[in-house]
Amino acid sequence: MKRSIVLSALLMILMVALTACGNKSGEKVYVYNWGEYIDYEVLDLFEEQTGIEVIYEEFDMNEDMYPKIESGAISYDVVCPSDYMIQKMIENDLLQEINFDNIPNFKYIDSSYLESAEEFDPGNKYSIPYCWGTVGILYNKTMVDEPVDSWGILFDEKYSGDILMIESVRDGFAIALTYLGYDLNSTNVAELDEAKALLKKQYPLVQAYVIDQVRDKMIGGEAALGVIYSGEAIYTSRENPDLEYVVPKEGSNIWIDAWVIPKDSKNKENAEAFINFMCDPEIALRNFEAITYSTPNSEAWNLIQDEEIKNSPVAFPPQDVLDRCTAFRYLGEEMESLYIQKWNEAKSE
Amino acid sequence: MVKRIMEKFYVGLILLFLYAPIFVLIVLSFNQAKSRSKWGGFTLHWYRELFKNKYIMNALYTTLIIALLSALIATIIGTVAAIAISSMRKPPRTILIGITNIPLLNADIVTGLSLMLLFVALRFTLGFTSVLISHITFNIPYVILSVMPKIRQLSPNTYEAALDLGASPIYAFFKVILPDIFPGVLTGFFLAFTMSLDDFVITHFTKGPQINTLSTKIYTEVRKGIKPEIYALSTLMFIAVLLLLVIINRRNADKKDTIKKFD
Amino acid sequence: MKLFNITNTKTNSSSNKNGGSSLGNDKVKWLSLPYIVWMIGFIILPLLVIIYYGLTSGNKLKNLFTLGNIRLILDPTNFKALRLSLELSLISTLICLLLAYPLAMILSRSRMKSNNFIVMIIILPMWMNFLLRTIAWQNILERTGIINTVLNFLKLPTLNIINTPLAIVLGMVYNFLPFMVLPIYNVLIKIDKDVVAAARDLGANSIQTFLKIILPLSIPGVISGITMVFVPSLTTFVISTILGGSKIILIGNVIEQHFRVGNWHAGSGLSIVLMFFILVSMAILSKYDKEGEGGSLW
Repeated sequence: MKRSIVLSALLMILMVALTACGNKSGEKVYVYNWGEYIDYEVLDLFEEQTGIEVIYEEFDMNEDMYPKIESGAISYDVVCPSDYMIQKMIENDLLQEINFDNIPNFKYIDSSYLESAEEFDPGNKYSIPYCWGTVGILYNKTMVDEPVDSWGILFDEKYSGDILMIESVRDGFAIALTYLGYDLNSTNVAELDEAKALLKKQYPLVQAYVIDQVRDKMIGGEAALGVIYSGEAIYTSRENPDLEYVVPKEGSNIWIDAWVIPKDSKNKENAEAFINFMCDPEIALRNFEAITYSTPNSEAWNLIQDEEIKNSPVAFPPQDVLDRCTAFRYLGEEMESLYIQKWNEAKSE
Repeated sequence: MVKRIMEKFYVGLILLFLYAPIFVLIVLSFNQAKSRSKWGGFTLHWYRELFKNKYIMNALYTTLIIALLSALIATIIGTVAAIAISSMRKPPRTILIGITNIPLLNADIVTGLSLMLLFVALRFTLGFTSVLISHITFNIPYVILSVMPKIRQLSPNTYEAALDLGASPIYAFFKVILPDIFPGVLTGFFLAFTMSLDDFVITHFTKGPQINTLSTKIYTEVRKGIKPEIYALSTLMFIAVLLLLVIINRRNADKKDTIKKFD
Repeated sequence: MKLFNITNTKTNSSSNKNGGSSLGNDKVKWLSLPYIVWMIGFIILPLLVIIYYGLTSGNKLKNLFTLGNIRLILDPTNFKALRLSLELSLISTLICLLLAYPLAMILSRSRMKSNNFIVMIIILPMWMNFLLRTIAWQNILERTGIINTVLNFLKLPTLNIINTPLAIVLGMVYNFLPFMVLPIYNVLIKIDKDVVAAARDLGANSIQTFLKIILPLSIPGVISGITMVFVPSLTTFVISTILGGSKIILIGNVIEQHFRVGNWHAGSGLSIVLMFFILVSMAILSKYDKEGEGGSLW
């Protein structure tokens, strides 16, 4: 008995030791991306084609990602933050300029997105757009009778316990500020207090504060209304046809997530090879089909076979929707902590 | 009689409470739908997918190797330390045992964070080694606490007799002491292995990007919805452990029976 | 997973008062050196580092001593989180005790062939990953979950437990119940049957026997169980994240969030506050420690 246990333990060690001596070419690229924000097979393809090993890690919020980059405890080579966070990283000197000679596929990125990106990355020196989208309301047609076209429905007591609010400081405030008719980049303390009061009133009505969990919960019919990124909407309505996505009439946030290279990257050329690979139209298409987040890659868009998706107002919204959307700006450290403080206050009973 | 039935009923209720989530997970591993909240029909698909998923297999591999290495190293350090501590006088012994209790009693979150801060302060890159060190640290106390009672049961005479008969201390240790305390060492090893396998919080704070254990892999998936392959894997692991324990239990029971016969 | 009855080692060490070594060799002491080095490096030092972080401002220009991080606990949101954590963990500990004691009594009296078997059934669920088990509760409790589907089918009113403090208490009780059952069970099986029989012979009824004999003798196990349920409940952030829908913020969540967004000094300060509460429960534990004979799990 004892002997057999000892033997099996030794055998396990041996097995482990043998598998540990696997293949290692040495070339690596450390990628830090949003959760489930890529077709994972694409990573294998990249490894096959370039021989560079991808070490892939995921985050759920810009605010979680930032301190990891800032602390420098781990040096990532490619990161995919959102617009306002890129601005913050540029201002705090955490990024390095991309060498566009190494990214020939850059030409496939539609110039209109590069123009929008100038807002947070003047001159398009540090970032290359990967995905973009809007923030809106996902609702279950069987549970909501009235037409949904306003953020106001998220503050309606009728839906108490049926609302899934977004667990993100900037997005949460953007909803309240926009509904109140203010700029979602507001730095006016009185406006913020008003928004906070509104969010506090909403607290008892909210079933849960979520980001990615909204997907599963809405598909399962757990709630009637949920705040969601447009990219998830195609997937959710595929899984549950009762779900519909809308960008409220008051306006909303339009966002771009883009690849950047942190200053302390140790494998800059591998990073550029990776970004270049991601800009390849075929690859961008695969990613789009896997994650259904809108791609800024115009050639990839041309390749989309499904006409319905290609002209989907959710993935590629018409101009009038885009016109009422605003992008986030980085508001400075002081404002940032004020936002966080007010958000926590709104969320405690 | 009524009391007996009531008692059985009560035990049954508690067991239902303890096992209900496990049944749910096992059922989910056969669910065709990808989403947790929908039942899409019976399938064995995820069991096949599981072995193709390199992220999950990597996490499983990391989990096992860390559990194995940390348990092994902790067993060595812990057993030696337990022997040494037993030979000490009271004041230093009490202090050492007090410190040994710290990782047992302290909150996982504090243990994990304090180790993470230490590694960062020492400019030590978070990764496999930092997780391994942390696991060894919280495993050692379990080994010491398992071995200690066995050492107390030792008769010092046999060891001294061995020395008197000309055995070197090391030889005497392996021939006289180790066989006697071995059950405790084994318990310590398996306990440490289990603790390491099940840990999430400490790994979460001390790991780097290259590695994921099953726990941390699951945690990253909590938000987007757990992949059904994970349910399949844990069902397999659960059943494996169940079988193992039943077999060991059978054997022990048999052994006891034979011992009784000899009495 | 802290399965040991902590009272065990100390009682053992005090039973060996003369300090006589079982191996009788002074050189043997030095074998503890690697362990001592390891403990200083990875137990004591990290605690000092977290205390250092907790007591300094983290300002790059002048990193000064401050109590500001500790005082953060007085901030209304943080204070509420701490109060809620204390409330919920006390409630869970109490429920665990009420559920576990009768169970341990029944199990200790059963004529099972081997104690291991009983220990095994209680521990076995722990081999399924703890995060997964908690997620499974989500499936059970959700509005469209298993319980509510059954209730709906029976035309009964549905329950709304998920994302409430009740769900978190349930998660705590579920996850930590074995830590209460096992120490109590271990103490109970060690109570001498003759003592109980003697009490009966002397005319005590079963309630008197329980109150005068069994209960006092089982106190060390109860105390161990309480600590082992209370501390992890007080400090959890995982259970509240999964079953509380980010609506219920416990002190563990506050600390985790501070570390997540890079406020290491604030997070460390609050960790010190948390350690204070752990120390208090440890002190209570060691006070009861002397009175009885605890037993270890295996």
